[in-house]
Amino acid sequence: MPIVPRARTSHRCIRALKTAQGEHAAPPLYTTLNRRACSSVSTPRITTHYTIHSRDKDPRWEGIEMERFADEADVVIVGGGPAGLSAAIRLKQLANEHEKELRVCLVEKASQIGAHTLSGACLEPTALDELIPDWKERGAPLNTPVTEDVFSILTEKYRIPVPILPGLPMGNHGNYIVRLGNFVRWLGEQAEELGVELYPGYAAAEVLFHEDGSVKGIATNDVGIAKDGSPKDVFERGMELHAKVTMFGEGCHGHLAKQLYKQFNLRENCEPQTYAIGLKEVWAIDEKKWRPGRAEHSVGWPLNRLTYGGSFLYHLNEGEPLVALGFVVGLDYTNPYLSPFREFQRWKHHPFVAATLEGGSRIAYGARALNEGGSQSIPKLTFPGGLLIGCSPGFMNVPKIKGTHTAMKSGMLAAEAVFPKVTAEGLDSETAGLHAPEYAETLKKSWVWKELHAVRNIRPSFHNYFGLYGGMAYTGVFYWIFRGKEPWTLKHCGLDADQLKPAKECTPIEYPKPDGKLSFDLLSSVALSGTNHEGDQPAHLTLKSDSVPVQRNLAIYDGPEQRFCPAGVYEYVPLETGDGMRLQINAQNCVHCKTCDIKDPSQNINWVVPEGGGGPAYNGL
Amino acid sequence: MSGRVLVGVKRVIDYAVKIRVKPDNSGVVTDGVKHSMNPFCEIAVEEAVKMKEKKLIKEVVAVSCGPQQAQETIRTALAMGADRGIHVEVTGKDYDMLGPLQVSKIMAALAKKEDAQLIILGKQAIDGDCNQTGQMTAALLDWPQGTFASEVSLEGDTVKVVREIDGGLETIKINTPAVLTADLRLNTPRYATLPNIMKAKKKKIAKVKPADLGLDMTSRLEVLRVDEPPQRLAGVKVETVDDLVAKLKETGRL
Repeated sequence: MPIVPRARTSHRCIRALKTAQGEHAAPPLYTTLNRRACSSVSTPRITTHYTIHSRDKDPRWEGIEMERFADEADVVIVGGGPAGLSAAIRLKQLANEHEKELRVCLVEKASQIGAHTLSGACLEPTALDELIPDWKERGAPLNTPVTEDVFSILTEKYRIPVPILPGLPMGNHGNYIVRLGNFVRWLGEQAEELGVELYPGYAAAEVLFHEDGSVKGIATNDVGIAKDGSPKDVFERGMELHAKVTMFGEGCHGHLAKQLYKQFNLRENCEPQTYAIGLKEVWAIDEKKWRPGRAEHSVGWPLNRLTYGGSFLYHLNEGEPLVALGFVVGLDYTNPYLSPFREFQRWKHHPFVAATLEGGSRIAYGARALNEGGSQSIPKLTFPGGLLIGCSPGFMNVPKIKGTHTAMKSGMLAAEAVFPKVTAEGLDSETAGLHAPEYAETLKKSWVWKELHAVRNIRPSFHNYFGLYGGMAYTGVFYWIFRGKEPWTLKHCGLDADQLKPAKECTPIEYPKPDGKLSFDLLSSVALSGTNHEGDQPAHLTLKSDSVPVQRNLAIYDGPEQRFCPAGVYEYVPLETGDGMRLQINAQNCVHCKTCDIKDPSQNINWVVPEGGGGPAYNGL
Repeated sequence: MSGRVLVGVKRVIDYAVKIRVKPDNSGVVTDGVKHSMNPFCEIAVEEAVKMKEKKLIKEVVAVSCGPQQAQETIRTALAMGADRGIHVEVTGKDYDMLGPLQVSKIMAALAKKEDAQLIILGKQAIDGDCNQTGQMTAALLDWPQGTFASEVSLEGDTVKVVREIDGGLETIKINTPAVLTADLRLNTPRYATLPNIMKAKKKKIAKVKPADLGLDMTSRLEVLRVDEPPQRLAGVKVETVDDLVAKLKETGRL
């Protein structure tokens, strides 16, 4: 049954309640709250999305046909990333093995599989070896085995090399540098060959529930709603996909997963998830500087010792002299003046990095949030009718900065747990939607859990006076020597959104101007991501209260969203009337990184999925 | 009249993607890049489907020329309401050099084979920007043409076309069979919704080769080199009007 809301999260819960009740009118409490908040200050209306302003009472929607076409599948998977595709492939492999019919449908918000995928990445092939042992013959794009591992602590001008002793988590022997987008695309082809129905370009916008509260499936997004929230001539309802089990693999900080946490109280026994933002570029460099197979990582400059983060630079071996490089900043940073994008741009000017990039040209840019919570932050994974896989619950090994292999394995284990139940003759469940707690049990017994348990204390160990150096010392002693067997489990600091200090307690950071050769401005970077959305649709970055940004975010924290958004979505511009500012949301720029939903100190921004097909057009990121 | 309409749809690089020239300057990078249906082709499909919904015509056939991926574009047309598709398979060097002349030969041959009453194409493709295929097709078939159409009304054996021209709008009446090319304001294409995509999987796409139609795809053109446009140099800010005049004189503009 739905949970009674806590005051702060009332809006989110009411939306979940509404989902549970289907198309019934929103409870009166919600409308009053909204009206009260809006009428107290004359704020220009920003949010028009129907998740905030219900269509039930909206006169513009009177008489519009809201019936949805529905279809049945055995398993529906939300998200076409490594976890979702591995689950789909494993399900079909089992179906073929046991000669059973199985309809597996996968929906993905990107216009093509792989277009929203972004990662470093050094892939550990363990999960792939289990899933598709003959991946090499099948042409998987694992073309660059790691040949060299370089780790440095950077200062403003110099570099302190750190030896990667065998056994340290950042050693990459046996791993491959991949362009994860291409790998995911290849997984998509394998899935299609096995008969999985892939539907890229269609986003799962709503979770559907049975009468008994279990998950019934999902509904895809409506299309043809104008920017002001009214229906256009081309308005069409989304479609309902019903399934015995729905697997949610939305990646880090999925928007449906956020609802499910509340709906089924999945986070009551775990710590809140903590995150980082990763920004990435791909460069075509001078052939003389190209060292295929070289993986470089650094910590230190330009971040101070108390801000978690670091860089990566991988030399790919796919014909052209390409490097994939990027910068990660922990989202528990305290200074609201920090801009992860500009830290990334200025890091490239360090002599050690500039030496590789000089004479090259940038060909791609993107950004995405990633999980840092580790095993302490993994929620309950199963609920009646569904389960969570991949980076959505979060299986990333933080010191290794690898989450793909664990995400894939979680998808495979989910498929194996669900298969016997879904193909059973009778309905093997108390609820209409199948519950598969076996998935969580097998995951806890697998190498995923062993791995995450061993590294669980490394990230929290950074929360000490010495910051980065304390963390590295801890890693050296307790991980390298004791392999994470210490009996205690360190805690995180709480929500990332609560870590910001008020602007008046912090000093603005002087960032250098982009030089157009090594470092670039934000807007030209966003253009390179190929991101676009249908312009005439409600902004999918919804605000629970339109007045909070100026009254709180700008007043107390100097509008941190203008700095942490890697796509320039949020801008505080002067009001046309003269005095005061307003928040302008450039929703079309959004690259779906989810950082704003995570880091907003007022937790006022709720990222929902825009019309399917929109978003970045990453090619092999 | 057969009541059959042929609609040409082209798979092009999505308009929002930043194009990159290949390192060997032989063309642009297309591998893995997001592609979608040419926006003007979407408008053409929408117009044909609207005619069918008004019962003015009986069948909409979507045609695309290219490699295997062209079938995705045909599927989108089928999801928008086309009845069946024809995939003309052109690959390799022939596909690299596929241009308006070759496509118009294909469309003309198919129009005769399918006994088409109308051919509707987009006015131009956003990659080639040639604006030639519709006109060449009409010439090869010796059919009348209504190009840059912003309004089309089928009236028995004739078509009234309002054309967008430099001076304004021109209204013409032409006999069918005819070739029309769609301009931006003709209509707003509908979305290809998921239930329709699923239904489209059951619709037929026939595969033919240009040789089956007795056509030769050799191009009379050879691409020598593709380059990016020159980098735009940064502007210079001046403080006063006198400075501006001095700068303009300096660069020889005044």
